Amino acid sequence: MKLDAKIPAGPLAEKWTKYRSTVRLVSPANKRKIDIIVVGTGLAGASAAASLAELGYKVKAFCFQDSPRRAHSIAAQGGINAAKNYQNDGDSTYRLFYDTIKGGDYRAREANVHRLAEVSGSIIDQCVAQGVPFAREYGGLLDNRSFGGTQVSRTFYARGQTGQQLLLGAYSALSRQIEKGQVAMFSRHEMVEVVMEDGKARGIIARDLVSGKLERHSGHAVVIASGGYGNVFYLSTNAMGSNVTAAWKAHRQGALFGNPCFTQIHPTCLPQSGEYQSKLTLMSESLRNDGRVWVPKTQEDAAAIREGRKKAADIAEDARDYYLERKYPAFGNLVPRDVASRAAKEACDEGRGVAPTGLAVFLDFRDAINRLGKDVISARYGNLFEMYEKITGDDPYETPMKIYPAVHYTMGGLWVDYNLMTTVPGLYAIGEANFSDHGANRLGASALMQGLADGYFVLPYTIGDYLADEIRTGTIPTSGAAFEKAEAEVKERQTRLMNIKGKQSVESFHRRLGKIMWEYCGMARNEEGLTKARQMIRELRDEFWSDVRIPGTADEFNPELDKAGRVADFLELGELMVIDALVRNESCGGHFRTESQTEEGEAKRDDENFAFVSAWEFNGLDKDPILHKENLEFEAVKLTQRSYK
Amino acid sequence: MGKESISLTLKVWRQKNSADKGKFETYKLNEVSTHASFLEMIDVLNEQLIVEGKDPVAFDHDCREGICGMCSMYINGRAHGPQSATTTCQLHMRHFHDGETITIEPWRAKPFPVIKDLTVDRSAFDKIMAAGGYVSVNTGNAPDGNAIPIAKEDADEAFNAAACIGCGACVAACKNASAMLFVSAKVSQYALLPQGQPERKERVLKMVAQMDELGFGNCTNTGACEAECPKGISITNIARLNREFLTASITPGN
Repeated sequence: MKLDAKIPAGPLAEKWTKYRSTVRLVSPANKRKIDIIVVGTGLAGASAAASLAELGYKVKAFCFQDSPRRAHSIAAQGGINAAKNYQNDGDSTYRLFYDTIKGGDYRAREANVHRLAEVSGSIIDQCVAQGVPFAREYGGLLDNRSFGGTQVSRTFYARGQTGQQLLLGAYSALSRQIEKGQVAMFSRHEMVEVVMEDGKARGIIARDLVSGKLERHSGHAVVIASGGYGNVFYLSTNAMGSNVTAAWKAHRQGALFGNPCFTQIHPTCLPQSGEYQSKLTLMSESLRNDGRVWVPKTQEDAAAIREGRKKAADIAEDARDYYLERKYPAFGNLVPRDVASRAAKEACDEGRGVAPTGLAVFLDFRDAINRLGKDVISARYGNLFEMYEKITGDDPYETPMKIYPAVHYTMGGLWVDYNLMTTVPGLYAIGEANFSDHGANRLGASALMQGLADGYFVLPYTIGDYLADEIRTGTIPTSGAAFEKAEAEVKERQTRLMNIKGKQSVESFHRRLGKIMWEYCGMARNEEGLTKARQMIRELRDEFWSDVRIPGTADEFNPELDKAGRVADFLELGELMVIDALVRNESCGGHFRTESQTEEGEAKRDDENFAFVSAWEFNGLDKDPILHKENLEFEAVKLTQRSYK
Repeated sequence: MGKESISLTLKVWRQKNSADKGKFETYKLNEVSTHASFLEMIDVLNEQLIVEGKDPVAFDHDCREGICGMCSMYINGRAHGPQSATTTCQLHMRHFHDGETITIEPWRAKPFPVIKDLTVDRSAFDKIMAAGGYVSVNTGNAPDGNAIPIAKEDADEAFNAAACIGCGACVAACKNASAMLFVSAKVSQYALLPQGQPERKERVLKMVAQMDELGFGNCTNTGACEAECPKGISITNIARLNREFLTASITPGN
């Protein structure tokens, strides 16, 4: 297989405009004859489904939740970036492009990122027109805030619920097309297989989660918009249902998986409080603007706090280690996410963690409250403080917050070309489900931008290039051998799962997988640990397939069976992530190999040997996957080593 | 500080499917951490049931951070439980005491039929949204985001209405199973913004008609919806809905 990213020729800044004007089109009369399947209804999926339907395509949209409005994009807090330069602070398309490439530690494709920056402004216009209530200034114009990794204010927001408001906007556009009959919506449905015919994606097998029935759906193109796979770690900030199943089925059918090991760990999340913990909650990183991160200097003090013999207030000023300020005087508490996360892990590894589990550091607002007053702090962070108190029972005005890093976002995903098509003809991946725009680390407020860019302004153009050849195909029947075989295989797998009738719950396997991933493929990785993890995952997978217990039957509403299918896929993905992390013997962005660090213990990138995208081909579970490399060529930016000292 | 762990008696509504009559089952659960969330407590119960070879309790949940609107339990006679402005997933066990009996039921409303146990079908809300809960603007047609200034207080008030998470607690709490808080939140959001003006009258008429058709009742004026809303959506939105509906009904055109 030869990877072709299909990047248009010409100067970087002109590629998209030119391409958009010359890409093949499907006429309105022919669009009516074309069916498109969209899996997932988050920002990317809902915006794509609505926009494609507006163009006249017949769309079928699928989500596993009870309504498309529940997709996990809804939980994004901070905001959405756009190069509008409304603040007159020197922002531009180029600057947003540059910040994204640099923030991604030079592991993203220039042409895609530049296009993302180009369309960013239109996203804001579109959302405003839909009635999204963005924050405004007193003059009535849109307000902006600044975010990590940039020197301009380009983040648009709707209080701390930007994701919710943007998703409801996309959902309203989708609802309008449902009413018109242009979109057929299938809620509480899970895609469980991609159907291939003549080497092309021709449809999917979906499970109606209420009745348990398997359904066949055909389409001239299939779009995977099913989000990220952070839940492979069990504990993450993702929703409970977020899963890799749709993307993984695509991978098994031939779509290459790009940079699977690139995971973003967010530094300011609530620490785990016990074994029963089901997810981790993120606290906006804006808290680091005024909060100071510290642990006690000595293990004795830390132990006393853990055991309840001392409180934070009992630790004298000179017995506290404000380690971020000490190690990174230039950026202090505002170092990027990956740096802050690793430093917290280090402090806890040294036995200086402050929660009973040993895994937490303090985020202290005492000095900010003394300096600015409680009212100012309350105006800035009141809702976050409330949320913290609701969950932990502690009042952050009185006692410092306890925080710890948690898995938040996955930069890796299905490999796509400039058209957002995977290596399988007719199979597309958009939003967090693809690998394309964030390199090895995503900047804050860029996930919402990318999801909506792909769905509103990129895919509706690029998909025509492929569909132009499908106008004579006609409706694809679902009675053919390919559908028959795909459904039979799904059924066989389900039966196998149901017949195991073992002793351990699905949840318990998921939890164990998460521990392996977090321990060996989390914030710091090395050859020894990764090699060990690979073996452990394989053993756990075997144990799962011989001892999992799924109650009920396959022909009914059975959330345990749904979960079992997802965990089975995570057990395969986990191994691929470990393999990818093993191969990438450099540190870049969220991927830190302990073998590749500077003398001061900072990440060391290796552009000479690793300036490529790893794109993995599935080769059966018994054999090693096959690595394909997309070499990254940088024309517009010069590669430099990040420093926050 | 209270106890670190408590023992509970749970009375949980069990209903195999929409055709089943359903009944309460009683479970004992020991050593529940007071730091656990309510849904994590149910997770622990389910883990126990699965290991015992029994059928776990089906319930809807997803984000577990109070924003997706999927969780939906009626706890001790209150939608989302005893704490105000809190979804079930954000409710923690420290608000219950050792030895307490907790009764857990699904949303009970005719337009929300039970699928299984505590899981109900809320697709009626999607149908109301599809009837007019949008601004008819195709992708690509939008003017510049700053072309139309919007007074900050209007934008803020629109946001307050738009903060609805569509969980359905308002319907479950209402003895008429009225969806008027839900509908009024969406109608208000658009009525307050210039983008919502062109379709203002048509929207409210269509959404209300759809709401009626789906079997939701009329407002009781008792305010249970506002009291139980986890996002604090104000009942003044219903007053606005009534005004919008009346105006649209008696004046022609949009």
